[in-house]
Amino acid sequence: MDLILVTMIDGLVTGLLLFMLSSGLTLIFSMMGVLNFAHASFYMLGAYFAYQISRYIGFWPALFIAPVLVGLVGAAVERYGLRRVHKYGHVAELIFTFGLALLIEEVVQFVWGKGHVEYNAPESLQFALFSIADYEIAAYKIFMIAVAAAIFIALLLILTRTRVGMVIQAALTHPDTVEALGHNVPLVFMGVFGVGSALAGVAGVIAGPVLGTFPGMAVVLGSIVFVTIVVGGLGSLWGALVASLLIGWLTTFAASYNIGMADLLGALGIEPPADLSESLLRDIWTLSLPQVGPILPYLLMVLVLVFRPYGLFGNRDA
Amino acid sequence: MTSLSNTDRSVAGRGALGAAGPWILAALLLGVLPMLFGSPSSVTIMNQMAITIVFALSYNMLLGQAGMLSFGHAVYMGLGGFFAMHVLNWIEEYELTLPLPFLPLIAGLFAMLMAALIGLFSTRRAGTVFAMISLGVGELVAACSVIIVAFFGGEEGVSGDRTVAPFLGMEFLHPEDVYYLIAFWLLLSALGMYLFSLTPLGRMANAVRDNPERAEFLGYSARWVRYGSFVASGFFAGVAGGLFAINYEILTEENLNLATSGMILLVTFLGGTGYFVGPVVGAVVFTLLQSVLSLQTEIWQLYVGILFVATVMFFPQGLAGLIAMHGPAMRAGRLGSLAGPYARVLIPGAIGAAGVAALFEMFHHLRTAAPGDEAMTLFWITFDTHSAAPWIAAAAAAAGGLFLAARGAPAMRAAWDEANRIAQGGAK
Repeated sequence: MDLILVTMIDGLVTGLLLFMLSSGLTLIFSMMGVLNFAHASFYMLGAYFAYQISRYIGFWPALFIAPVLVGLVGAAVERYGLRRVHKYGHVAELIFTFGLALLIEEVVQFVWGKGHVEYNAPESLQFALFSIADYEIAAYKIFMIAVAAAIFIALLLILTRTRVGMVIQAALTHPDTVEALGHNVPLVFMGVFGVGSALAGVAGVIAGPVLGTFPGMAVVLGSIVFVTIVVGGLGSLWGALVASLLIGWLTTFAASYNIGMADLLGALGIEPPADLSESLLRDIWTLSLPQVGPILPYLLMVLVLVFRPYGLFGNRDA
Repeated sequence: MTSLSNTDRSVAGRGALGAAGPWILAALLLGVLPMLFGSPSSVTIMNQMAITIVFALSYNMLLGQAGMLSFGHAVYMGLGGFFAMHVLNWIEEYELTLPLPFLPLIAGLFAMLMAALIGLFSTRRAGTVFAMISLGVGELVAACSVIIVAFFGGEEGVSGDRTVAPFLGMEFLHPEDVYYLIAFWLLLSALGMYLFSLTPLGRMANAVRDNPERAEFLGYSARWVRYGSFVASGFFAGVAGGLFAINYEILTEENLNLATSGMILLVTFLGGTGYFVGPVVGAVVFTLLQSVLSLQTEIWQLYVGILFVATVMFFPQGLAGLIAMHGPAMRAGRLGSLAGPYARVLIPGAIGAAGVAALFEMFHHLRTAAPGDEAMTLFWITFDTHSAAPWIAAAAAAAGGLFLAARGAPAMRAAWDEANRIAQGGAK
């Protein structure tokens, strides 16, 4: 029971982290119709910028400055890169963001080197906040949950309660009409792209100390973020939230419960063959849940796409 | 992504002999190359090049001809390669008689079978959804390579020995013997892919790429046309995998993962997706870049990344498109008038690029060299990276070169327009 609760908290942290990336990505997708492959690269830039800033003036200023810088980089990418490629069509845009992701990884390696950098959580948060049975819950985890929740609520309020949010929502579905009403739609697009990148940057700032800050961190998280928004339904913010939490819990639970495939098949009444070494499927019998955990999101995505091509909450023809 | 103008012309305009001309030329070239470049290292590079060409051509069957962007094409090459490796090991174990030259065919058929299974659900939709499913399937198969050890061999991969399957007395011990085998398959599969693009299915793939709705109104199922292209492309990717297995005698998880899939996208796009020869150009240039640049500099991937992004932004028709663009001006005999303006932009541009590269290299040296090691050699000059002079020189070259190139650009554009106005229409 205690383990379930602890795993729930860990899964919530992973899920909310995923949501900070997937919310921006899904907003950008519904706006421009293009999946931004470089989105996770902005997350990586956030971590590295925060690392660099925190070396000079500490973690707390970095928490605010780094996302702003990442947002500016994102806006510049939209203004001078994507807008230029847009006329060649969606496939070219997708290829552009893919190339950008490769380039950002190379640039990060070039500037900060190939190894991990020493980016740690601030000392003021390095203590156990409370404990469930024997498991101690670090204060930093709760801090991550609080930041993610605050951002989600702020995003929801801005999108639904403010004038800017109304313009953005309208521009998502009817850009021509909004333009005819006198709003600068390209500016709105650039702004949303920048804010989406900044959100990914925040995720990088707070996840860097926990998941490690290294040039491969974008690739590690990048494809999972894609899976998340495809599972949730391209362009759906609620879908992104549900899918993020689902995948967060799925991977965390798979990692913490060591159930072997042999136990599972045994429970179903299937006995292993007597001589395992000759069977082609011998590896299936020795599988355990933590081993297959990393591929569960991809399996989920393929299943969702086969049986419900629009994703769980999607209603838009992608 | 323009139409395959080269295929149109070769079929309609010239006779059968004229259409066969480029192929005879290519066969002669492939036969002569090892005599011109006989050193072991060049044969290694040519083998790698030929395999990449087959792989890139098969990728372009999807991206260029059917408009399907795949992020998991390495899966089919890898699966074909792994299966070929197993067949090779079975030949040794059970003493079967199967000559080595038939191995790529078996690899291709296996990959085709897998593509036929996966394509059933992945080709239902084009565009972003297809791209995402291909990414998911790619990650899934790459992750499976650690789980299904019996087939993928876990982390150390599957290796074998190609000399167990001799053919007509040839043992395929040396890379040169393998070269002719690979060159034969390169020619055969390139011809196969070219002929496929001329079949009704290949033509419909172009139609579905350009306008799926109209293709459906003509009575074709866009989905099954995509499926056909996907399966055929899987076959040729598998052939490339079989060739890879023969050449390197080992396959690992690396042959299946996203990095390899991304690499082939890069190669194909760099060469130009709108032309049949595009991927060939891309594969040749990329392999040369890879093998020459990686010897010269540690940060070659940074340059490749910059080149790729610049290609997408400024020349989305790729290198082949860039060459084809000059067709009308050449036929009008106006190519000479472009030489001057081109030189005034490209020479300062090259100097500027060299300056930027020098700045990158010095920065990289400053960061990574062992303490005390302050001398570096760049462009045949040895200097101290801790003094200001080389930095100033490189910065001046970069700024000056790029400034002159930017200043010459309008004149180049004007000359280009002028040459094409006289050539009357044509590209652009």
